[in-house]
Amino acid sequence: MTTETLSLVGRDLISMRDFTRDELLAFLDEARAFEDFREPILLGLVLGSLFFEPSTRTNLSFSGAMQRLGGSVLGFADSKVSSTAKGESLADTIRAVENYCDIILLRHPLEGAARLAAESTGLPVINAGDGTNQHPTQTLLDLYTIQQRRGRLDNLKIAFIGDLKYSRTVHSLIDTLAHFDNELFLISPPTLRIPAEFLEELDARGTVYSEDEDFFAVAKDVDILYTTRIQQERFPDPVEYEKVKNAYRIDREGLQKIGDEITLMHPLPRVNEIATDLDDYPGSAYFEQVRNGVTIRKAVLSMLLGKPRV
Amino acid sequence: MSEVTNERSTQLGYKVSALREGTVIDHLVAGTALKVIDILGLDFKGSVTVGLNYESDKVGSKDIIKIERREVTQEEVARIALVSPRATFSIIRDFQVVDKFQPVLPEVIDNLIRCPNPSCVTSDDRVATSFIVLRSDPLRVRCHYCERAMKKEEIELL
Repeated sequence: MTTETLSLVGRDLISMRDFTRDELLAFLDEARAFEDFREPILLGLVLGSLFFEPSTRTNLSFSGAMQRLGGSVLGFADSKVSSTAKGESLADTIRAVENYCDIILLRHPLEGAARLAAESTGLPVINAGDGTNQHPTQTLLDLYTIQQRRGRLDNLKIAFIGDLKYSRTVHSLIDTLAHFDNELFLISPPTLRIPAEFLEELDARGTVYSEDEDFFAVAKDVDILYTTRIQQERFPDPVEYEKVKNAYRIDREGLQKIGDEITLMHPLPRVNEIATDLDDYPGSAYFEQVRNGVTIRKAVLSMLLGKPRV
Repeated sequence: MSEVTNERSTQLGYKVSALREGTVIDHLVAGTALKVIDILGLDFKGSVTVGLNYESDKVGSKDIIKIERREVTQEEVARIALVSPRATFSIIRDFQVVDKFQPVLPEVIDNLIRCPNPSCVTSDDRVATSFIVLRSDPLRVRCHYCERAMKKEEIELL
């Protein structure tokens, strides 16, 4: 199937599970043409941006994408100012907001909130993160960055390192990479191993993977190193956090031991997982991921709203 | 003697009397009969006979329930299948088995299971639950909303 024949107009973007491999590739192909594109193709259209929990980066990235294509944005960045604070159900909030806009963007602490929102309105809904479940535009921008850096999405050796238990970004990317043929290395302390259900899915799909605690034992073979922040708020016991917080700090000296071919990714914000002396390392792609986020979101808005480039 | 209990019929027929009209639910996983009674409720007139921990050639150990003057609904069958996927249902009319079947779980189970994930949007009671059946035996389902996959031991019936 060519991407020209594949229409995503009016679709919701809730979960990567809802999309075929061809549809994922259609988003990425379209994004390439949106890199430097800034024409007002979304003039007169409004993005309803509902952030029930704060997320500066995703919020600004979508707003930037919408406005660079001539559209406008309304909404809130904090649930305290919405009527949900008065006890209104999410479905009712969505039914009201659909009258003010053409597409809805939702960030919510509850998992499944975006799915529920999509079922409450005929407008397209984009999930900007629902609890620890999904954040599909993050996954798309990660795939886009991998494709851009390595020229392909298969036959790669990809290591995920750090918090593999709670990281939504990692779960979603690992799940989505199962559409492609890659070898995965899952590096974490024993307390932050990836949940068994993900391994069962990898087994079911025939993905080759291994689990390890020591990154440097496998590092020489790896094309991409995807690091994550170990989140203090996930640890009820501060002693446990102290034990693992610096376990996987990567710096220039460490990386030089394994050569300079590796692509280094991180969803940001970072704390100290990646030393700042790696910011000008040729393989560092994490600031590029941020830039690619705007590009992907421009493509997503254009495709779901059915307003193609002219 | 009942026509229903084809397996060790003499023994079971002796222990559980024959039915004129109603439903026999056999091959329930041992220990689940009381849960099944809970699913069926007891707000009907006929008598209910419950047998626990019978020996079975097929499943090792099983529970059996005979319900007089009541036939099970499709929704009840689906609920019972979640508790005991290999149960067999026999519908009895005038001492004869007129229908015998095993439950087939639907692809999607609406509003029968509570999602155990406290962060799931369905933890708000105003939201109906929905689960996708990934595998029926052993049961594995995925919440349509929070997308968590879970086993039978992790779910709770509504």
